[in-house]
Amino acid sequence: MSGSRLRLDGKTVYVGNGSGHPDADAAGVVFVHGAGMDHTVWALPARHFARRGLRVAAVDLPGHGRSEGPAFDSITAMSDWLGTVLAALDIDRAAIVGHSMGSLVAYRFAMSRPDRCRALALLGTSAPMPVTEGLMNAARDNHHAAFDMANTWSHSTGTLGANANPGIWMLGAGERLLERSPPGVFHADLTACNGFDSGGDGKIGCPCLVIVGDDDLMTPARAGLDVASTLPDATIVRLPGCGHAMLNERPNEVLDALIPIVTE
Amino acid sequence: MADDEHRAPRPTGFDTLALHAGQRPDPATGARATPIYQSAAFVFPDSDFAVGLFNIERAGHVYSRLSNPTNAVLEERISALEHGVGAIAIASGQAAMHLAVATICSAGDHVVASRSIYGGTHNLLQYTLPRFGIDTTFVDPRSPDAFAEAIRDNTRLVFGEILGNPGLEVLDVPAIADVAHAAKLPLLVDSTFATPYLCRPIDLGADLVIHSATKFLSGHGIVIGGLMVDGGTFDWEASGKFPTLTEPYDGFHDLVFAEEFGTQAFVTRARREGLRDFGACMAPTTAFHVLQGLETLPLRMQKHVANTREVVAFLGDHEAVESVSYPELPSHPDRDLAARLLPNGAGAVFSFDIKGGREAGRTFIENLSTFSHLANVGDAKSLVIHPASTTHHRMDADALAAAGIGEGLVRLSIGLEDPRDLIDDLGRALRRASRVAR
Repeated sequence: MSGSRLRLDGKTVYVGNGSGHPDADAAGVVFVHGAGMDHTVWALPARHFARRGLRVAAVDLPGHGRSEGPAFDSITAMSDWLGTVLAALDIDRAAIVGHSMGSLVAYRFAMSRPDRCRALALLGTSAPMPVTEGLMNAARDNHHAAFDMANTWSHSTGTLGANANPGIWMLGAGERLLERSPPGVFHADLTACNGFDSGGDGKIGCPCLVIVGDDDLMTPARAGLDVASTLPDATIVRLPGCGHAMLNERPNEVLDALIPIVTE
Repeated sequence: MADDEHRAPRPTGFDTLALHAGQRPDPATGARATPIYQSAAFVFPDSDFAVGLFNIERAGHVYSRLSNPTNAVLEERISALEHGVGAIAIASGQAAMHLAVATICSAGDHVVASRSIYGGTHNLLQYTLPRFGIDTTFVDPRSPDAFAEAIRDNTRLVFGEILGNPGLEVLDVPAIADVAHAAKLPLLVDSTFATPYLCRPIDLGADLVIHSATKFLSGHGIVIGGLMVDGGTFDWEASGKFPTLTEPYDGFHDLVFAEEFGTQAFVTRARREGLRDFGACMAPTTAFHVLQGLETLPLRMQKHVANTREVVAFLGDHEAVESVSYPELPSHPDRDLAARLLPNGAGAVFSFDIKGGREAGRTFIENLSTFSHLANVGDAKSLVIHPASTTHHRMDADALAAAGIGEGLVRLSIGLEDPRDLIDDLGRALRRASRVAR
């Protein structure tokens, strides 16, 4: 089933729904993708929660996937935009799930709109989320090396496939998805990550989950655990041998970890 | 900052991917080789997981018609070698071609194809698919303009073989991809004769690649198999011509493949519809054999090409030979294109015309001993066929000429033997044949 296409401020916004047919009062779950990605990274969990009757909103951030740009270059702007999108969708409260850059958007949203966040799940997270100079510079120049760096470092060292999802070469799929991001978008995303400040007003009070990959080169496990330590009674799920692209490398384990907090 | 100052991590080398891509030591047993998972079906951990597998929300295997762990290793490996996003292992190269077409073409649609293609593919496009409402226009593979002129409003696919059959025309993939993309169409390339060791069509602009894995990929003439690779490069939604990928599919609860699976839309639909419904799955033992072949593909292709060059040189100088057609020769019209697109070699299949016509050809074949007379290519052993006395024996000289086949045309597939033995074998048979010619 086609997702939603909204018009906000004169621009198209796409929100995937996991082919769901939810009741009007169904609990919501919102998925926010990482830098250079789009909603398709959530294909499996989106379809799972949609099948269980939840109202799924897997957004394409501005400039990504099917949403018109320009892309934002700050996490706060993305978080504010997410609030506007959810209001337009009449989603009052939802579990907010974010990966990588999306985890920062989810974090900021949960902090600034605690009344609208019934649960928070952060995958492959780090706060702050510094980006190496080489990656920033390559992205700034819209150089393909930026995609190569991000894609290689997003997978656990030595990963040459063995995908649980039959027939999909995860390194190739990751590269192609990055290649679809329009010029400037990846750099804007990395700028947003680089500039993220976890401080600010607000307090996270909802149940929290942090999933860390022990072989994550982009947001090292230690950084994810530090984020978890700042959250109230956060559940921590560690994935041994898993890299940053945990939705590719461990799709079933990630979904298993999400189910309790999203369906609670 | 200068363009070349952005340094990407070094990608894993081709030889390493050929050995390792898609596989880790078996977590259950520690087996280093890819196990043959000879099981029709796979146990569900629980009912909800089972539903999740059927609904594409869980990763895993249900039933070996849809996927199998051994096949999955092969699918990842060929994807890695071809620079695609995913692949499907299927019963034969012919089945791979059918799956590629059937995934995006429906009754009323049209294909533009090179006219210099494998006979089985020609049969499918010329005779069989029209029964299902899919027509094909065949064009000169050397003319991108001919491809462009043949495209109609209902065209949905452009197709060619990287090395044509039997003329070894080199497909100008970048130019024909431009033609296809200008018309918002994908380019499908059969790269059987090149293998990814000699050419990666997706890097050159193709969107989809198929192989007969029976040939060089498995490499030992022991299995029938096919592979279809999705480059993940084509934007189906932007094209607006592919409802099987961009509109809700009744057969899967209104799933819109392009929306939910993005760059993996084509390969996902092909598996969830084509493998499910047509059922031409590859046996896991076959996948194992193809994987064994792939492990040595780089070594074998180097030897295939080196041997071919020696044999081509020998035949080119032989007085009993009228002409030799191989894309690396100065006399071949695609020599420059081959040098550009196939710098590591133009394959190991080529043809030559023997003096003396049909009877000389027959005598030549019957006096070979190291070469095996059969209808296949891409074996570790050298192979030969004389179309005028075998596959095309019912055709007279005029009909053969129209098909681009001379009465004395002999096709060779050069294997991995000592090239001196191949040359000796060819020399003996040519001497016998030349007596007939006189």
